[in-house]
Order: sequence, then C-alpha cells, then structure tokens
Amino acid sequence: MVVKTLPEIQVKKGEPPYKIWIFEPGEKKELPLIFNLRQLAEQRRPALLPGHRMCAGCAAPIVVKLASFAFRGPTIVVTATGCLEVSTTIYPYTSWALPWIHNAFENAAATASGIEAAIKAMKKTGRLKYENVDVVVFAGDGGTYDIGFQALSGMAERGHDVLYILYDNEAYMNTGIQRSGGTPKYAWTTTSPVGRVIPGKSENKKPIADIMVAHRIPYVATATPAHWMDLVKKVRKGIEVNGPAFIHALSSCDRGWRHEESISVEVLRRAVDTCYFPLWEWSPETGYLLTDRSLVIARNPSLKQPIEKFLEVQGRFRHLLRPENKELVKQLQEYVDATWNDLLKRASNAPR
Amino acid sequence: MSRLSELELIPKYPREKQTMINVNGDEAIAYAVKQSYVDVVAAYPITPQTIIVEKFSEFVANGETHTEFVAVESEHSAMSACVGAAASGARAFTATSSQGLALMVEVLYIASGLRLPMVLAVVNRALSAPINIHNDHSDAYLMRDAGWIMLFAENVQEAYDTTIQAFKISEHPDVQLPASVHIDGFFLSHTLENIYTLPDEAVYDFLGGPRKIAKVRVDYFDEEVNYALDPARPLSIGNLALYDYYFEIKVPQVLSMRKAEEVIKEVNEEWYKLTGRKYGNGLVDPFMVEDADIVIIAMGSSAGTVRSVVKKYREKGVKVGLLRIRSFRPFPHKDIVELLSGSKLVAVMDKGIGPGQYGALYLDVAASLYHSKSKPILVDYVYGLGGRDLSPEMVEQMINNLLKDLEKGYILEEERLRFLGVRG
Repeated sequence: MVVKTLPEIQVKKGEPPYKIWIFEPGEKKELPLIFNLRQLAEQRRPALLPGHRMCAGCAAPIVVKLASFAFRGPTIVVTATGCLEVSTTIYPYTSWALPWIHNAFENAAATASGIEAAIKAMKKTGRLKYENVDVVVFAGDGGTYDIGFQALSGMAERGHDVLYILYDNEAYMNTGIQRSGGTPKYAWTTTSPVGRVIPGKSENKKPIADIMVAHRIPYVATATPAHWMDLVKKVRKGIEVNGPAFIHALSSCDRGWRHEESISVEVLRRAVDTCYFPLWEWSPETGYLLTDRSLVIARNPSLKQPIEKFLEVQGRFRHLLRPENKELVKQLQEYVDATWNDLLKRASNAPR
Repeated sequence: MSRLSELELIPKYPREKQTMINVNGDEAIAYAVKQSYVDVVAAYPITPQTIIVEKFSEFVANGETHTEFVAVESEHSAMSACVGAAASGARAFTATSSQGLALMVEVLYIASGLRLPMVLAVVNRALSAPINIHNDHSDAYLMRDAGWIMLFAENVQEAYDTTIQAFKISEHPDVQLPASVHIDGFFLSHTLENIYTLPDEAVYDFLGGPRKIAKVRVDYFDEEVNYALDPARPLSIGNLALYDYYFEIKVPQVLSMRKAEEVIKEVNEEWYKLTGRKYGNGLVDPFMVEDADIVIIAMGSSAGTVRSVVKKYREKGVKVGLLRIRSFRPFPHKDIVELLSGSKLVAVMDKGIGPGQYGALYLDVAASLYHSKSKPILVDYVYGLGGRDLSPEMVEQMINNLLKDLEKGYILEEERLRFLGVRG
C-alpha cells in the first residue's frame, strides 16, 4: 500500500512554501548542491511552483523540480510546446519561478541558441548584470526526437552553452498519446494501436542520447527521477560544462503508459532495473560511464530483472502478456540485452 | 535616389559630412546593421539575400562589431534564435528571401505576438514552384498578416536608410513590434549604387544606443519590470492563452500597428533632419499625384521605372501620377483616400498573385477607396512575376491602355485583373 500523505516539512516561519527565484543584479553566490533531504526541503524551493496543472502521477514536474535543485545561479528556462508548457503557464498564471520562455514546438534549441548568443553579446559590451546566466531547455520526446531534432542538432554543432533536458514520456502525450520516435517497440499508442494484424508500434526507439554522443558535445547523460541524486548531479555537470550538454530523462506518463498514478517512480525504477533504460554519462574525456543503479547491475548481473517486470505494470504493453505474444516479449528481451551488452562494452567502468 | 527637394533645412549631417560608398542593396543593409549596434544576427543563406550574411560575417570576422553571429541551420531556427535574443533584451536581426521566409512564417507570427522588436530584411524573391531565384513580391504577400511592420525600399540608398529607421520604429515604446525591410531581389540586392552613409556615432545616437527594454506590469511585482528574460524579475513569456485571454492579447497588437503609422512618419522626419533625406511622409511617397487623372500605385524598385515614364507623359501634358507605397503594413489607408480624392482612374501594380483573387496590394487599395467619396475606376496590373523585367515601354503600354479606359469611363469586371508582360 502506498502512503498517500505527504511528510510535513517545516519551512522557515513567515515564509511562503514557494518563492519566486530572484537574483539581484551582480549576485555572485553559487547555489550549493544539497543532498540531505531535510536540508534541501528547508533551504531550497523548486523552480516549478505549486498550482500547475500537470496530471497527477506525471513524472515531468519531478524531473523539472529535481533539475532546478541543481541550478547554480541566474538561469533562463526554455520550454518546447508540450504537456509541460501548456499545463504550467495557462495565462494569466505561471508556475515558473524564474525567467521562462516558450516559442514553438520544434525550435526550443534554436530559441536557446539565440538567448545564449544575446547573453554573450551583453557580456561583451558590459551590459550583463551577472557573471554568468545559464540556459536550460526542457523539451518532450516529440520536440526532441522528431520535429525539434534539426534545431537540437544545429545547437549542438554550433556549440552553444545550453543544457538541453529531454523529458521522454515516449509518445505525443499532449495531443493524446500518439507514437513518436521515442516510443518503444510494440507499445500501444493511438497512432500505433494494437490491431488484429499489427501489435503496436513496429519500430524501435531512436537512440537519441547516443546520437547526441555522436555530436561529441561536452556532456551527455541519461537519468530518471527515480534515481534523483544521480539526476541532480548530472544536471549540475551539464550546466557546468562549457558548451552544449544533453540529458535524456525518462519520464513516466500514467495516462499514456496506462499505469497507476501512484507508481510513476516505481515504473522508472523498473526501467533501469530491467536495463531497458540504463543510466550512464558520457564526456569526450571519460567516454561512457555507467552510473547509479546501472553500475550496480553491471557489477552484479544477477540484479538485472527480466523485461516483463517493466512491461507488466503498464497497460500500453498489456497485449504482450497474452500467451500468443510470448515471441514478441522474447524479441524485446533480446533487444534490451543487445543494447545493454553493447553499453557494457563501451562503458569504461563496467567490469571486464 | 531620393529627391532632395526644397532644402530649407540644413541637416545635421549634410552630404559633405556623410561618406559615399559604392555598394549593392545587400551590402548596404549589412552595413546599416553593423552601424545599428545589433547584438545578435542569426541567419541562413538564400539567394538573393546571401550577400547580407556574407558581408556581415566579414564584419564579425574582422572584429568590426560586437555582434554575435549565429550561423543557424535553417531560417526557422534563424527567426527562433532572434525571438530568443529579443526576449533576452538584445537587438536582433535576420535576413531571408522566398522559401526561407516561407519556412520562417510560423515564427514570424510568434515574434509579433510576443511583441518582440527586431528587424528582418526580406530580399523579395518569387515563391516556388516553379523554383525561381528572381524578384517578385509573392514572399512579402505571404507574411502580410503576420503582424510585422513591412517597409519597401525603392533603391539602395533607401535600403540603407530604412534598415536603420526600422530598428527605431520597431523599438518605439508605443510600437514594440517587429519590422521587415523589403528590397527587390537582384534589382536592388545585386545592383551597385553610390549611397551616402552616416558616421557610426550618428547612427548610434539616432537609435539611442543599445536597445531599450520596454516595461510591463505584472501582479506579483510592485514595480514595473523589464519585459525580458531577466533573472532579477522573472517573467514567463510565451504562455498558453485560451479563449478567455487570447483575443485581449491580439487586439493591442492591432492598436500598436496603428500607432506605428505615426511613428514611421516621425522617424521619416527625424531622418530628414539628420541626413536631408526623406521618403514622402514615410508611409507613402507620391509623385505628381495632386492633379492626376490617372494614378499608378506601385511598391519597390519598379516605382523608379514608373516615375521616369510618368515624367515623360507629364511633359506631353498627360495628367498621370505615381503613388509609391512605402509602408505596406501598416497600410496607409488614410493617405490613399486623401491623395486619390481627385483621381479618376487608379491602376495598382501587383508583383504577386493570389489565384482566385486579385493581387494583395489591389485588395488593400480597394479597401481604402471604398470609403472615398470620388470612387475612381480601379484596375489591377499583375507584372514582373519570377523576376520578369518591367521595361519603360511596358509602363507606356499600360498608360496608353489606361487612357483608353479613362475615355471609355468604365472597366468591366472580367477586365479588371490584367497581366503585364506575359506571353500568350
């Protein structure tokens, strides 16, 4: 049974439970990373304020809040059109505690490029009020894998100092669960329905993070909000590097994945435990490095769970659990094993 | 060249204090941008706009400007980056033509809807298909409802002048709308002309230095705050506004566009005092229109050709005039009604078509004239598509036909859309 009451954490007397993030001009203090939960709750407020209209059980706001715990100072956020954008900024309200812009669906990376260029130009002419302003993009899988890929690739090639965080819920959830380049094979969506002939999406997920590695940008990583310290550390690294960084955060969607809203984090944990979504980071200096739970599994392969553990809790894979579809599950298992083994070969910290 | 009529006023920078340079239209725009203290230029090359990007890259490579040049991977990203830069409080510029503009259109509407001042140079070129690289105004017609101020230059000197003016107009506190400067592909972009240019500091002062950010009021701050992505006073820009607010956000855009009419006029006068050059009242540039029976309306470089033919016919005693539209958006309805109050026949020259409809310029002029007491006969001449040259002989042929129409006293509906210079 899941405990539904939230822990009561005392905030400072007289202070509201949320705050707009204000950096007065000239402020130089770098915000420290905090991993002690109580300290974090007392000292830091997420950049996404309460009152937003994301669905109960959606992991995207968890990604955003955790990422904002890693922000080090003045930060501008860019969001692509998508669930996160429409449900956090319904005019005349906004849930964003820091400067935020949404331009269109496919151009978050290009918009961020322009912001970063403006910051540079202001700095050059002594008009920037801070030492440094960080630019962070949040975009969904549609705005990253598919329609926004050109802008993302262009931003990476040009070397803009921007951290791009993909929250990947594996389909176009904002328009009502249509397949994207990030949807896994055999998943049900409204445009890859499970029919009498075709059992869900026919194609595999595009390896977006590996594609970003191929751009040889300073930092690429995968993360999930279920492994929160790992995510926070990676976001800080992504911000600190000089140049583009990309973080692929898996983000469960209870509406689209068809699971209980209370198990969003558990589903993501299973994604990592089954090696469906391994946690790693990459930089030109270190190459691939496994992190967190995935490193543990690499060292102790008996911890690796079968793919069914990930599939069984999600309605979008329900058809795969029927006896006649055993072959399809086997195929998925083989695919996961192949990609995992491939990663083990590449990761320099995997046991040989 | 602009006509330096009646110089009662001595400009702050008379010709001898200006520098004459020999440039084509693209280079003139690149030079004007360099002088305009632009922070971000994000652009993608397309013929015939290419020289603007090339020339500007040279300025950057030689350290002649502080501008960040973002060599984006598409025009869509060019406009998107400009939106990001302008939202950060920077002065932004981009340039494109034809297909590039078509790709940009989505973001053009966003730039104006978000009320972000910036300047876009459009080197007008025909839209595909068939693919073509030469000039007509079909790309400009594509963006006419995008909420941008659209200014058409007649020559290279005006391209230089208008580019600088466009920043001032766009950033005016009452306007806060993006502005586009249009020059005709090849006819202006690749044609060398001697132009007078101001010293850098004169342009800097004219624009009031770097871009000033407009102030807005939001309910969670007591004081007015910068309308920009400012970590000191965070705002959300680009929110979702539904049926309960969208309308109220769009209407002020229309009102600001109306205010832009006055600002364009003011800036035209201010430029006159600075340089001794002005273009009509800024919105329209009439030539021998007062007593004309026949008035020809045109935009862009063709106006020069028409003007020379008008002069010739005036010498013969034919009462013909030219009304050049400089500001296509905001459209100068009032000026048109006033200036055409005595005319009997008005021929609109459209360098673009909308199949199933008249040309866009014709429609706008017709909308103006519906409210004029003296309703002149109105006819649409579509010409120059895909860069087809407009020769003086063609203009003469047009005027000769118009004289016959005038004598007849009417034009039938089926004859109201005419094609000038097409075979068969």
